Amino acid sequence: MIRSLLALLSGSIFGFGLALSGMIDPMRVRGFLDIFGAWDPTLAFVMGGATIVMAAAWLIQRRMHTPVACDEFSLPSTGLIDRKLLGGAALFGIGWGIAGLCPGPAIASLATNLIPAGIFVLSMLAGMLAYRVAERAT
Amino acid sequence: MMLSGFPDAAPLEGLLGGLLIGLAAAIMLLGLGRIAGVSGMAARATGISNSGAPWPVAVLFVGGLVLGAAVFTGLNGPIVATYPPSYSWLVAGGLIVGFGTRMGSGCTSGHGVCGMSRLSPRSLLATVTFIGSGMATVAISNAVLGAWS
Repeated sequence: MIRSLLALLSGSIFGFGLALSGMIDPMRVRGFLDIFGAWDPTLAFVMGGATIVMAAAWLIQRRMHTPVACDEFSLPSTGLIDRKLLGGAALFGIGWGIAGLCPGPAIASLATNLIPAGIFVLSMLAGMLAYRVAERAT
Repeated sequence: MMLSGFPDAAPLEGLLGGLLIGLAAAIMLLGLGRIAGVSGMAARATGISNSGAPWPVAVLFVGGLVLGAAVFTGLNGPIVATYPPSYSWLVAGGLIVGFGTRMGSGCTSGHGVCGMSRLSPRSLLATVTFIGSGMATVAISNAVLGAWS
């Protein structure tokens, strides 16, 4: 019960923060990526604010043996750098630039612009499924 | 608040929204011991991925994203958003974002916020890479196809 509440709370605060920061507007995100045009640095402030709070959270995490509501931390490794990581990140950036949307703002936008956000989210899920199929084939 | 030289920027709203996003990711980390990575949570919630967060956690987190944005518009009114000139941009962008985030194991939230704040070399490099390729994509598409209205 407490786990479910924390998951919903985390997602809701995340979605509210995305809306407040203006990241739900694809034009604004694209403005950040448009360094040769009318550059809009807002996204850098969003990343800065989020990173400061999370850096403090990581300092607290190092002193904790277990999370508050679970038995153990389930965290990804921080080291491995390979072609898959960089190729995937490069592809993600291309899609991000084309549509002005990344997964968080796109899903949050379902509350505000259902048709265009829904088209993006369904396409994104199809892309995720395509990767799963491609991964299994190799 | 205005930022001189950047008439379109909303630095205060950006910073406040960012602090909330950080708080949300901190709740996920310290409460449930996990990274608040939206691409991973979306794949898990839809059954595209079988690993990662427990299914109810992923579903509630993803549902919360929509709920939080709905609460914001309930309090502040509709959000002005400008989308690409045609749906084909959304379909192409979505397909590539979906494929790329699974291949690269994360997006702006997982690598960008959670990984960079942890000083993960893997996430730092991924973030630099997707911001760089995003900037290149916008520059090229503006040059070839013209800017959005």
